Amino acid sequence: MTLEAEYSPDADRIMSVSLGPQHPGAGHFRIKLWLDGDYVVRSEPDAGYVHRGEEKMSEYRNYIQNVPHLERPVILDSSNILFAYALGVDELMNNKVPQRAQYLRVIMSEANRIISHMYFLAIQGLFLGHTTMITWCMGDRDFWIDLAERIGGARVTFAYIIPGGVRNDIPPSAIEKGLNTCDWFDKRMDEYEKIFFRNPMVHQRSDGIGVLSREDAIAYGATGTVARASGVSVDVRKDEPYSAYEDFEFKTPVMTQGDVYARAYVALLDMRESVKIIRQALKKLPQGPVRLKLGPQPRVPAGEVYSRTEAARGEMSYYIISDGSPRPYRLKIGVPSAKNLRVLPLLLRNVHVADIPPIYWGLNYWPVEADR
Amino acid sequence: MAAQLTAKFPEVKVDWMKERRLKVSTSAMHVKEVGLFARSTLGFDHISTVSGVDWIAKNELEVVYFVGSTTPGQEDFILAISERIARDNPVVPTMVEVWKGAEYHERETHEMFGINFQGHPDQSHLFLPEDWNELPPLRKDYVSPGR
Repeated sequence: MTLEAEYSPDADRIMSVSLGPQHPGAGHFRIKLWLDGDYVVRSEPDAGYVHRGEEKMSEYRNYIQNVPHLERPVILDSSNILFAYALGVDELMNNKVPQRAQYLRVIMSEANRIISHMYFLAIQGLFLGHTTMITWCMGDRDFWIDLAERIGGARVTFAYIIPGGVRNDIPPSAIEKGLNTCDWFDKRMDEYEKIFFRNPMVHQRSDGIGVLSREDAIAYGATGTVARASGVSVDVRKDEPYSAYEDFEFKTPVMTQGDVYARAYVALLDMRESVKIIRQALKKLPQGPVRLKLGPQPRVPAGEVYSRTEAARGEMSYYIISDGSPRPYRLKIGVPSAKNLRVLPLLLRNVHVADIPPIYWGLNYWPVEADR
Repeated sequence: MAAQLTAKFPEVKVDWMKERRLKVSTSAMHVKEVGLFARSTLGFDHISTVSGVDWIAKNELEVVYFVGSTTPGQEDFILAISERIARDNPVVPTMVEVWKGAEYHERETHEMFGINFQGHPDQSHLFLPEDWNELPPLRKDYVSPGR
């Protein structure tokens, strides 16, 4: 069906506009919009501006050399994208990862989830016209980055979770610092609730905007916070507990409204659970080695594996085929941003132009992650 | 689950990648029926990922659909539906009518492997530049610049 036939008896009314790829909010990503006055009648995402062929690159490098470049697509959430890779390679090689390493993997993964969600909430605050939220979240996020630096030695891309365990043990001071950060952050989250989530202005701008129904969320394969805000209780940590997640008590927060507000609030509830997990893991941290000696070019038996983890944005999955050679024969990264991308044209329909940024950002879409 | 599938489709081959990971190998002719059965009877309601594989030595291309379920008790199960076709004329039916979420995944597989999904609403480039006219980059005979 042509656009004219579908939307308007008067084709001259429809104007097509590009949002991005240089838009400060859209990142390296373009949305093609068809507008009727102030209304979006149709939209089409145009990804690929930061595609760099991670999957092809992986076929030229061995399983250890792949570690640093595989975390580059998601620098905000770099531990979680490596976590699924490490699980996959461990399964292929039949590695028995030490218990202390399992706990450290969980701690780093949850700290990264908070770092990623804080960035998400900061920018969402900006898009909803709430300047305090961006200054607070960006500032507080740094304390988590400090903790991650104490654990992994870097501030953004840690290369910490590797096949066979984690790269290094943590200094004893990290445990106390981690527990203090958890206590302090619990109080900070109460303040976010007061200043942002119970703010009538935020409600006005986000309630009932960009609603995704439960049925559509499932049918279009939405994942992570997007699915959970629409009433779908998906969480790989619960559905298929990996690493040490079975040892911890936590809940999967689910909301039913499926709007921009719910997608932001689910992120806050997620962080509350992450804090609980980190606190339990730090208190129960077992002693022992933190990595297996794999060598620079480990032998990986032939086979195929589909591993998945719950990253900050949703289900992160790897399909790895090994033919017994030092390099993967095929490595497919199933990233949550690419899974949620199909939802965008559903939501950007019959909405005001001013609602585009919060709806777009509400999907927690990260162009570099989607493009790979 | 494996028994249900082989009872319904005697021609498919099932093997376990591991516990709760079932790989079903079928042909391009039957893949849609298997997909519909997996969705409506077995409860696999969403697509997780679609991957292509280039088996250049056997002159074959493979498409694997990884589908998941939100049915209680089955969330940890991943079904991999695989089909193999000849490399010179890779045409398979689209699964968009079975799982709407397959659309962009198939678009990606189309541009990266040159597999033609018959009945797909839009197979224009998603990640590659519009004017890309070399081999599909994830095929094994495409060599990255500088290699």
